[in-house]
Amino acid sequence: MARGKDKKKRKLEKKQEGDDVPKKVPHTLESLREKDETMLVNADEEEQEEAQKDMELDELSSYYQNSYEPKVLITFSDNPHSKTRIFGKELTRIIPNSISRYRQRSSVKRIIQSAIREDVTDVIIVNENQKQPNGFLLIHLPDGPTAHFRLSSCKITPELRKDHKEITTHRPEVILNNFSTRLGLTVGRMLGALFHYEPQFRGRRAVTFHNQRDYIFFRHHRYEFTKDGKRAKLLELGPRFTLKLISLQQGTFDSKRGDYEWIIAGRRHQLETSRRKFFL
Amino acid sequence: MQHDDVVWAIINKRHCSHKVTTKTQHFCRNEYNLTGLCSRASCPLANSKYATVREENGIIYLYMRTAERVMFPAKQWEKVKLSRNFEKAIHQINENLLYWPAFIKAKCKQRFVKITQYLIRMRKLKLRRVKELVPIQRKIERRERRREEKALVAARIDNAIEKQLLERLKKGTYNDIYNFPQMAFDEALKAEEVSGESESEKEDEEEEEREVEMEPELERELQKTIEEADEFVEADSDMDTDEESDSGRKEGADVGSDFESETSDIEDVAEKLVSKKKPRVEIEYETEPAVTISRKKIKH
Repeated sequence: MARGKDKKKRKLEKKQEGDDVPKKVPHTLESLREKDETMLVNADEEEQEEAQKDMELDELSSYYQNSYEPKVLITFSDNPHSKTRIFGKELTRIIPNSISRYRQRSSVKRIIQSAIREDVTDVIIVNENQKQPNGFLLIHLPDGPTAHFRLSSCKITPELRKDHKEITTHRPEVILNNFSTRLGLTVGRMLGALFHYEPQFRGRRAVTFHNQRDYIFFRHHRYEFTKDGKRAKLLELGPRFTLKLISLQQGTFDSKRGDYEWIIAGRRHQLETSRRKFFL
Repeated sequence: MQHDDVVWAIINKRHCSHKVTTKTQHFCRNEYNLTGLCSRASCPLANSKYATVREENGIIYLYMRTAERVMFPAKQWEKVKLSRNFEKAIHQINENLLYWPAFIKAKCKQRFVKITQYLIRMRKLKLRRVKELVPIQRKIERRERRREEKALVAARIDNAIEKQLLERLKKGTYNDIYNFPQMAFDEALKAEEVSGESESEKEDEEEEEREVEMEPELERELQKTIEEADEFVEADSDMDTDEESDSGRKEGADVGSDFESETSDIEDVAEKLVSKKKPRVEIEYETEPAVTISRKKIKH
């Protein structure tokens, strides 16, 4: 009883204070995020310029100068199960100019060699564990970088009760959200470089990579603006999955002598100093 | 000094530390055993004349023992390195085991074949890619899953996507694909306001630039709307003729009744705007849009 009364009292007080007291914004992990030195938002102009120049010189810059049309090869671990195979097929529908091939037990380095010969610009290798896709290796060719992601909560279209035939052949537009640090930008650029630089807006397909707390959520929608152009309606086409960066390597795949730019190594406390530190 | 029969009697009837008995067979664990079975002929302890083939670090040797050597256990085995060439090695075995019992000869060759095969297999495996199995740590995995759920809730992805798309629409990424009369109207209003302000204040150069870019386009558009008032919707909206419409959903640009009324509304306004725009003198426009808006509100 006493508690209830208290509550009433507090409500009354609040009413009396009126609207001029600003509403308290609750703290979230995003608002409490530890500052990262490489975040472009925080950096001063000089550093931003430097980062810009840096980006203009990296391996992905040629894509962003629209100098080539990306061609993507999608492959799997040995003996992929049906879910992984379907996932790969759907990826080929999403990514324009991409093919999915069985691996035939060849090594990643061999795949890279032959892919370079065939003018493939990106290679995706989907790994699986217990019939669930769980790894996503993305290699940009001809000379890196290589990103290894943990793939989780992958839902293919039948699981979302959708039909993959609804995915049209239009080139989708890419939305990269929230990639803020230098590392995040690199990863975002890598993911963006899978798609053709000139989307066909007629198809109204949007592919989203949304980064939140280092998890990169992939979604695939068809959108439609309302009549007044103030809202956009979204229809999910699927599949959906989540990526989390495990390592980023300079150059193409080399697990023994590769030069890692960034990697989750060892136990939790070595890298993860705080729950509020995010890298992307 | 040969006690082969005595030894075998002990091994067979009593105890041998190399012997492994199973329900069906007796096996021998002695390294020098030729066949791996515990039998009188293939027992390395109970035979003073014995030969076997063994592999050490990828090199195959033929081991031979004769009765004369048995008393020096350190020197009892004569070792012959077999060639890497298969046929040569068989020839070597034949030569070294000339006049030996046929059983030992045959079994040595058999064993040699088996060893060469497994060596080939080993080399192939080494050359092929090496897979490493990494254990998934349950606690870490659980933590990651939990955090993913929370991040997903915090992300509010659909809102973010919608925001991004609308931003693109505003920026004009989609060029002429969409034609929203309401938006064109708002933009025209804004352009008017900006021009009024910039002439007097000139504080934002960027905005001015943009406005300069916008204005001729807008004028053209508006003029077009006046010229072809009836065809307005059909001419510019491609949404109906789009190949995309096979999706089965209703497209947004259906010509509804309220839609038409809106266009007619805009035309009125547009005419006024154009007519007002022509003189281009410093006049306070700021009261004007307010009036039009209020009028519109009443109308709806």
